[in-house]
Amino acid sequence: MKRRDFIQYTGLGAGALMMPSLLLGNDISAEALLNPGMDIAIKKRMADVALNTAKSLGATYADARIGRYLNQYVFTREDKVQNVVNTESFGIGIRVIVNGTWGFASTNSVNEDGIKKATDQAVAIAKANSKIQKEEVKLAPVASHGEVSWKTPIKKDFKDVPVSEKVDLLLSANAAALKNGANYVNSGLFMVNEQKYFASTDGSYIDQDVHRIWPTFTVTAIDKSTGKFKSRQAMSAPMGMGYEYMDGLASEKLKGPEGLNLYRNSYDIVEDATVAAQQAKQRLTAKSVEAGKYDLVLEPNHLGLTIHESVGHPLELDRVLGYEANYAGTSFATLDKWKTKNFKYGSEIVNLVADKTQVGSLGAVGYDDEGVKTKKWDLVRNGILTNYQAIRDQVHMIDQKESHGCCYSQSWNDVQFQRMPNVSLEPGKEKYSIDDMIKDVEKGIYIAGRGSYSIDQQRYNFQFGGTVFYEIKNGKIVGMLDDVAYQSNTQEFWNSCAKICDKDDYRMFGSFFDGKGQPSQISAVSHGSSTTRFNGVNVINTGRKI
Amino acid sequence: MAIYTKEEAKQIMEKALSFSTADTCEINLSGSESGNIRYARNTVSTAGHRSNQTLVVQSSFGKKSGTATIDEFDDESLKKVVKRAEELAKLSPENPEFMAPLGPQEYDKSITFKESTAKITPDYRAEVANSSIGPAAAKNVTAAGFFNDSSGFSAMMNSNGLFAYNQSTNASFTVTMRSNDGTGSGWVTRDYNDVSKFNAAEASKIAIDKAVMSKEAKAIEPGKYTVILEPAASVGLLGNMAFAFNARTADEGRSFMSKEGGGTKLGEKIVDERVNIWSDPLNPDVPTGTWNGSGQPLKKTTWIENGVVKNLAYSRFWAQKKGVDPVPFPNGFIMQGGDASLEDLIKGTKKGILVTRLWYIRSVDPQTLLYTGLTRDGTFYIENGKIKHPVKNFRFNESPIIMLNNLETLGKQVRIDGNLVPYMKIRDFTFTSLSDAV
Repeated sequence: MKRRDFIQYTGLGAGALMMPSLLLGNDISAEALLNPGMDIAIKKRMADVALNTAKSLGATYADARIGRYLNQYVFTREDKVQNVVNTESFGIGIRVIVNGTWGFASTNSVNEDGIKKATDQAVAIAKANSKIQKEEVKLAPVASHGEVSWKTPIKKDFKDVPVSEKVDLLLSANAAALKNGANYVNSGLFMVNEQKYFASTDGSYIDQDVHRIWPTFTVTAIDKSTGKFKSRQAMSAPMGMGYEYMDGLASEKLKGPEGLNLYRNSYDIVEDATVAAQQAKQRLTAKSVEAGKYDLVLEPNHLGLTIHESVGHPLELDRVLGYEANYAGTSFATLDKWKTKNFKYGSEIVNLVADKTQVGSLGAVGYDDEGVKTKKWDLVRNGILTNYQAIRDQVHMIDQKESHGCCYSQSWNDVQFQRMPNVSLEPGKEKYSIDDMIKDVEKGIYIAGRGSYSIDQQRYNFQFGGTVFYEIKNGKIVGMLDDVAYQSNTQEFWNSCAKICDKDDYRMFGSFFDGKGQPSQISAVSHGSSTTRFNGVNVINTGRKI
Repeated sequence: MAIYTKEEAKQIMEKALSFSTADTCEINLSGSESGNIRYARNTVSTAGHRSNQTLVVQSSFGKKSGTATIDEFDDESLKKVVKRAEELAKLSPENPEFMAPLGPQEYDKSITFKESTAKITPDYRAEVANSSIGPAAAKNVTAAGFFNDSSGFSAMMNSNGLFAYNQSTNASFTVTMRSNDGTGSGWVTRDYNDVSKFNAAEASKIAIDKAVMSKEAKAIEPGKYTVILEPAASVGLLGNMAFAFNARTADEGRSFMSKEGGGTKLGEKIVDERVNIWSDPLNPDVPTGTWNGSGQPLKKTTWIENGVVKNLAYSRFWAQKKGVDPVPFPNGFIMQGGDASLEDLIKGTKKGILVTRLWYIRSVDPQTLLYTGLTRDGTFYIENGKIKHPVKNFRFNESPIIMLNNLETLGKQVRIDGNLVPYMKIRDFTFTSLSDAV
């Protein structure tokens, strides 16, 4: 299924960061989700079949990942349930190094015979490719962890919550939107559980249980007389949490400008849908923006996507080195810039950190998909570029000895490679509220939520839209704007960063569908920040007459 | 081997259907084998092989449906999967938009399977990479490419007597060539059902030449320019436009195809009268399957004729609601071209820009089908009928509707991502900013 088909399927519309393979897997009943799956002792035995076969065929390294991926999706529109999908995908992926070359094969036959055949295939691929190999794979050493486990710290497992409860919640949100003036509403709830078992010839046997959730909707308002239609998407974020994210706790809510509700670690979908309908209607008559330079006050659920595209991607070492040149592209943040230890990525208040351990984030795991214990590290400190994101076969190229622990594969069926960890902007040290960001702006725009996004293949030039826009004049919000997009250059933009709210405003944006690699794979990642101001950014008007 | 013959598939599905106790039952059976190789920095990086087969059962009681899937096809497994689908159907809410499975259908014989592609080996893939890397290195250029091949089958049968079967193969190739000094970049893409038509060295040479030609690009002011769009440059915008041909969203008033005051643009002229777009599963250059996942036959369908919208896609449910015949979405599209070669188009251009491809295309405003994105991997300034020099990449903000209203000349058609798209010369294409990216 392609990204576009997925959007069509869900009716959620473009703008959401959506990619294909989330729907991979076989349909099963909701009850079958509760089946515990293969016993861990058998997993260990099966993994050892792969590792021993690989070694006997001449592999100098091998790893095996036995994965069980359980997903549940609920789709509704207006007063109807469109679909409830439960899927399960189970199999093993085997990666080997033979003659200094990678080989990979996978199979859903998780038995001795199936595993031996797949291992043979992986070795055959490595051998065929080693004839044209010019750079031998060098792996950074990793400690043997023995037999260990890790679990997302959830309070409510989505698998224990009845489907009817989930359906009722979405239909209540739809009803609230329709009552408040929406013409159409599509809503969806995506729940993911990755049960991953990893074993390698380095002596680790790692069992992990990873959970994620994403409630979302698109509300559309139409003015038939003018033929205009406008939509407003949910202000939720996908999270590395259990079903407790849907509790709508008052303690996790923040008040934004103009009646906007903002959510931290708990989401109130009915409340958000109510406001969404009102704002979608407002957008139909909102003032069209006048193009020019504006100070932008960017809300975290908006800024997260800008961080993702302009910081997360350019600092992926595989892009920097050219491994992604044929697909996602390369990077402006080249090794020579980094080696100066003086490359001004942003203004002095800009501190960007990579983190695979952050509680509640989509990227949080105990160990990555090549058995490296996860951690947190600096990418940009006091505005200076300090490091990249790198895995075992890359770190030697930047003279480092230890993998950063950000290797990931979307399933047992795909080979693991370097993926973006959570990349976040640290909150400001001084106590600032959202009002403090706005009050000294003469001519500006407050932007909340994700919108259109596009950036070049080296991550210089970007253009971002948003969900809602408010005009700021002389320190005050004076009304809603529309047709807004800002264009900038990554380094120029981050150097225009003028003021950051403190930790009390910190929230996470997330995406289930970060895409990279060929064949393309998705990865889920979060980006935290507090409301932040960027001065003098170029805004264009995207309205057209046809 | 994950690929069943027509008879084998039929037997498995008949067996599964014999276990059904539901009002209706529909079975989809598919399998595929695929292999790939990836290279970068003039050496191979990763490669893999995948094998997969699945049987999906949808059982329905009244308007309640349940779906279950399995990848083992012995009698016990088939019995189990049918039973599970029926249990799920009984538990599920009524779907007000449920449509009973179709009865027997007549399908054209597809031409999507080619033995040459089904026989590809790991050594063949390594040779593809090699014939790209070798010539690149000789020209101080670095190759990063990807070759993927797959062969598979899909089959369908239901309790109302429908049976469908198809086999298909596909091979696709892309390579990015970057000059070793980092100032030039070229790219090429190829896709075929029949891999014997593919020449990796020939394709790679185009990208290598572009990498060398695009070195040290000059910046020119963004603005409105006459552009020559190679098919790889326009296919993304055209594909997004095709996606708007959905009758339901048009009727609901939330699409570019919706009309002021209600109704749709069906029958209205929306682009230049030389624009003709259709789909044809039997076109020998871009064949597709002749039926879709609901068992509807796919036939030649005209979408735009002389600039006028001739058809919108109607799902079976929406067609019934509106009292019209269903019109299924196609698997690819064909846009009529002209006689002009790329060289002819360049020769006939006084001032303009040649665009190899557009990248990172995203919707900006669904109301006007406005999209943004960037040029990439070979953008050149044309003056007095000649390529004068490479130019720095641009960001564009443009609608395919505006683009096709500003059509100057249609060139020859090329297969691209399963579609046939002509070279096009377009006036007043809107570039809004410059990018430093190479």
